[in-house]
Amino acid sequence: MRFFEIFLASMLVNNIVLANFLGVCPFLGVSSRMATSKGMGFAVLFVSMLASSLTWLVNAFILVPLELGYLTTLSFILVIASVVQFVEIAMKKFQPALHRSLGIFLPLITTNCAVLGVAVLNVRNEYGFFGSMVHTLGAAAGFMLALVLFAGLRERMAETVEDVPEALRGLPLSLVAAGLMALAFMGFQGII
Amino acid sequence: MNVLLERLRAGILKDNPIFAQAIGMCPTLAVTSSAGNGFGMGAAVLAVLLCSNAAISLLRRAIPNTVRIPAYIVIIAGFVTVAQFCIEAWAPELNRALGIFIPLIVVNCVILGRAEAYASKKGLYASLCDALGMGLGFGLALTLLGAVREILGAGTLFGRVVVPSGFQPALMLAMAPGAFIALGVLLALVRSLRMRKTPKAKGAAEQPAAGRAGQENSADATGKGTDRSSAARATAADGCGACALACPLAGLVPNASAGKEGKA
Repeated sequence: MRFFEIFLASMLVNNIVLANFLGVCPFLGVSSRMATSKGMGFAVLFVSMLASSLTWLVNAFILVPLELGYLTTLSFILVIASVVQFVEIAMKKFQPALHRSLGIFLPLITTNCAVLGVAVLNVRNEYGFFGSMVHTLGAAAGFMLALVLFAGLRERMAETVEDVPEALRGLPLSLVAAGLMALAFMGFQGII
Repeated sequence: MNVLLERLRAGILKDNPIFAQAIGMCPTLAVTSSAGNGFGMGAAVLAVLLCSNAAISLLRRAIPNTVRIPAYIVIIAGFVTVAQFCIEAWAPELNRALGIFIPLIVVNCVILGRAEAYASKKGLYASLCDALGMGLGFGLALTLLGAVREILGAGTLFGRVVVPSGFQPALMLAMAPGAFIALGVLLALVRSLRMRKTPKAKGAAEQPAAGRAGQENSADATGKGTDRSSAARATAADGCGACALACPLAGLVPNASAGKEGKA
């Protein structure tokens, strides 16, 4: 039951983009089309699951026993960067089809603060290994949900762009729309 | 002296990280619930940026080109850790307010972007000037956004009450949705001021739309994976000025990608 709560909380109540502001750059940058946003969502899901499990192990078996807590940031970003690089190479070799659809998003993920942010939150909130995995899954699912919903909104908005004052076109309007979506997501706050 | 003035002008006005380049959005939205927090985040980023630009500029001939991004990230992460300790020691309240966004300075594309676009090519003094300009531009934008949200959302500025007693603060602006909306409106205001100032830039707002359309057309037309990926990389590179790895905001940034993509 506790794990289900963690999952719901990380996906809806504390949505990683709309409540915690992690991963806003890809949220605004790759949401102009539905298909690309799905690809980005899956890439983030995949990499963050892998990165979170590895960073949890690094933290529990290397940093904590050796009292190297101050190296958290440095070691986590190194783990994430190498995981991304490794995944890209492995995918190119063994899954060229998957690489064609997700490959372009992988380099962008190294510096995606959602991945590092979730890894740091896992450690700070002391979820334990399985709890961390559930939290990561929920956060990544929340990221994908927000991204795909927002891509749908923006596809619609692009159709009527002529009616919008010049100064608002593009990023400002996207931000306001994202704000309205965040407002809607605040409605989930009572469920847990 | 000329370099200093030129970089200051570029960082604060012409290429302001928030209002012109639209990068580093996560901390911008997350920590600006009050002017004080925005100022603190700006100061932390400025300090890290000065150190990392200096180090990367000095090491620019020693770092092999192929591994430069990981090398930059490690250098930046080192300075961020130092900054984190300083904030924990001397400003525990700020530490609580900024929370997870202090370690996340590592992946702030303002810092990596400046390393890639400027410090890796220029000397120590010019890189320091660039860091000062960009850091101040980022910090001022954050403080401004924080001030707007704090005044309208809580009726205070830097913790002091500044509104008349009948004023009903709109709590929403201090919360998550308000961050997006306030930044969106501020961006639009800045942009319309710019348009009024330089009639030449009038087309600027249309460019992102045109750029996006061009990007989508080219992606659709080529279809094949390799072509699409190279197109996407090129767009990303144009968007941020430099940090192709960091910033997927290409299609949205007004003063960047339009020209090249139109031709493509």
